[in-house]
Amino acid sequence: MNSEVKDTRKFLVTPSPHLKAPFNVKMVMYIVVIALLPALGGSIYFFGLRSLWLILISVATAVLAEFLMNLAFKRSLETCLDGSAIITGMLLAYNLPPTAPLWMPVVGSAFAIIIVKALFGGLGHNFLNPALAGRAFLMISWLGKMTSGWTLREGLGTTSGIQVDAFTGATPLGVVQKLKDVVDPNLTETARQALNSPETLKALFFGKVGGCVGETSVLLLLIPAIILIAIRVIDWRIPLAYLGTVALGTLIAWLFKATPVTPIFHLLSGGLMLGALFMATDYATTPVTPLGLWIFGIGCGVLTVLIRLWGGYPEGVSYSILLMNVVTPFIDRYTRPRILGESAAKKERK
Amino acid sequence: MITFRGGIHPPEFKELAEEKPIETMPPPSKVVLSLSQHTGAPAKPVVAVGDEVKAGTLIAEPVGMISAAVHSSIAGKVKGIEHWVHPVLPVPTKAVIIEAAETDELDPAIKPRSEREIENLTPEEIRNIVRDAGIVGLGGAAFPTSVKITPPKDAAIDTLIINGAECEPFLTADDRLMREKPEGIINGARILAKVLGLERACIAIEHNKPEAIRIVSEAASKVWPAAEVLTVRTKYPQGAEKQLISAILGREVPAGGLPFMVGVVVQNAGTAFAVYEAVAKRKPLYERVVTVTGPGIAEPKNLLVRIGTLAADVIEHCGGLTPSATKFISGGPMMGIAQSTLEVPIIKGTSGMLFLDSSKRLFAVAEESSCIRCGHCVGICPMKLVPAEIARMAEYEKLEAAERWGIADCMECGSCAFVCPSGRRLVQWIKYGKTLIFAERSRKKERK
Repeated sequence: MNSEVKDTRKFLVTPSPHLKAPFNVKMVMYIVVIALLPALGGSIYFFGLRSLWLILISVATAVLAEFLMNLAFKRSLETCLDGSAIITGMLLAYNLPPTAPLWMPVVGSAFAIIIVKALFGGLGHNFLNPALAGRAFLMISWLGKMTSGWTLREGLGTTSGIQVDAFTGATPLGVVQKLKDVVDPNLTETARQALNSPETLKALFFGKVGGCVGETSVLLLLIPAIILIAIRVIDWRIPLAYLGTVALGTLIAWLFKATPVTPIFHLLSGGLMLGALFMATDYATTPVTPLGLWIFGIGCGVLTVLIRLWGGYPEGVSYSILLMNVVTPFIDRYTRPRILGESAAKKERK
Repeated sequence: MITFRGGIHPPEFKELAEEKPIETMPPPSKVVLSLSQHTGAPAKPVVAVGDEVKAGTLIAEPVGMISAAVHSSIAGKVKGIEHWVHPVLPVPTKAVIIEAAETDELDPAIKPRSEREIENLTPEEIRNIVRDAGIVGLGGAAFPTSVKITPPKDAAIDTLIINGAECEPFLTADDRLMREKPEGIINGARILAKVLGLERACIAIEHNKPEAIRIVSEAASKVWPAAEVLTVRTKYPQGAEKQLISAILGREVPAGGLPFMVGVVVQNAGTAFAVYEAVAKRKPLYERVVTVTGPGIAEPKNLLVRIGTLAADVIEHCGGLTPSATKFISGGPMMGIAQSTLEVPIIKGTSGMLFLDSSKRLFAVAEESSCIRCGHCVGICPMKLVPAEIARMAEYEKLEAAERWGIADCMECGSCAFVCPSGRRLVQWIKYGKTLIFAERSRKKERK
């Protein structure tokens, strides 16, 4: 090397650290999208191609809405394809009955992205889970269409998961709800036994029951979620706290005969898995502190059990999560982790 | 395996230099000796322009207790005392510039002590030797060692830990020193233990250095069996004092406090070696091992280099930069400072010179976007802070809240920024917050 010629290249001067894990938002989001695909496949099997149209329309609306909002707010345009809008679109569709009119996901997704996400600052700034907020908006506006029309594909069995004629059109939790109004004790007992039977539990686990587009199959949601937890995309505390609290709460209820069905039934039904694994784990609307995550999960569990047992709705997952979303900033503020050496410093001062 | 809570596992890149034995770089034609190459008050020059000095001659004396002496690292003539660019400080600082003489002579005061003499040295005498030799922590913080081994009288010190963790990726200087000069390090540890009134010490080495573990263990059993080699799990930042103490002893250093408060003194392996040389040979600190490495340098090496050597000279000795080199970092990749010029000198705390290019996504500067509240930074922070919150508070200048959430306890290790999927400049925001707080405190003091 000619040492007389001075190397006059300019060096890049940036702050430390000078290494960056190649782990970015896009990667995280698309991993979650892939994790949601088995449920999409199951949905087509259980409910037919209509599910696919609902999902595609929902996703397209979400992406378009984000694109338009980025344009309006002069934000960088490519973020509409970072995967987060796709997830919102998918989850919104997963929360619709399979017979929902095709314009419903359009309204729901648009509301979720425009009102709940974009107006509050975009990714990371939404104060509610956008898909759940969209679902709640649709529930309030079109209650009938959102709580009926449970169908399975021809020949796949009954939507209620049990062979009791009085309850054929309902979802499993819908049956539990209806049981409150049944006067005939024989019917109640028949239905109760049918609900708690291994066949019904199997149907709930695999998804051959009535329900929303993406929520019915525990298997197709649980396995991807376990993988997501293992690779640390989802924090394990919320699903464990949420499911654990529901298990404990419904166990107590079952022992005191406050509910006709077993804790396992509760865990496998009502979109709890979809909620606990994929909705309650949304980054922006859940705490960042370890203690905060536990409180959030337990809070969702308590609310879900309360709503299911004594509320007006058959299932309480959406509202539980939305209510906990709202108190998340409060939880974060008061669950500051103990800094390394903090208690030792307090002792020193005394 | 022994470890601490939190931390990350960046790719190590040790293979670039870990098998390169320490090479002695011949003295350069010029050295720039900064008067501020230690924590504390800058040293005061005791030479004038035109003075002739030898390698090891005192050229600046400490000012006050938290300060250190500076010695010439080559034989030559003092060419000037002027401001020069510094690898860590943001503004040029005073430095003594020495031009080399024809031959490299050592100061006559540098001569060996007999074993008997060494055995008879009292702790107080050893402290003075360490102070007079200008020894500072070679792990990077450059804290004056004589002060560190003089804890308050009521601090009940029960453990000396020699830090051979070297957790920064790319750096291998301590690894090679442990493999090639284990007796020196162990003897240095023994001397330090004597000053602290201890009968034993432990030497912590990360488990990615199996050769160093083996060699130091063997040497200890022959030279000083009371030195126990402990293998710690390879994880960044295991080499940070508080994390090392937490991992090995399970003790938490009080927030805002120092290790002596939990009865521990930690010394870098290189520092222990320098202490040994100062005691055994009357040799002041004027050279150290530096890892010159990275994809941007033609021949990565572990160099024994004279303090004050300019980076440009070191680079020439290592075959020059590769055409692709884009970044020059003084230190390691996680906490090192990116440099803008090659005319910057090696200082006592320089453990590495790292040259990066754009060959890996790992080295790329990510685009910054909004925090998505994923919480990954919380799980890995070794100080159990919430970096996302503190950075946000600093950004919005909510300084009181930032202090409550522990901004002062952040050691700027960079683990949070490493994992952040949004590319948030967490460390930069936290540093910014700290400067705001410091500025406000200074303003308040002035008003009083």
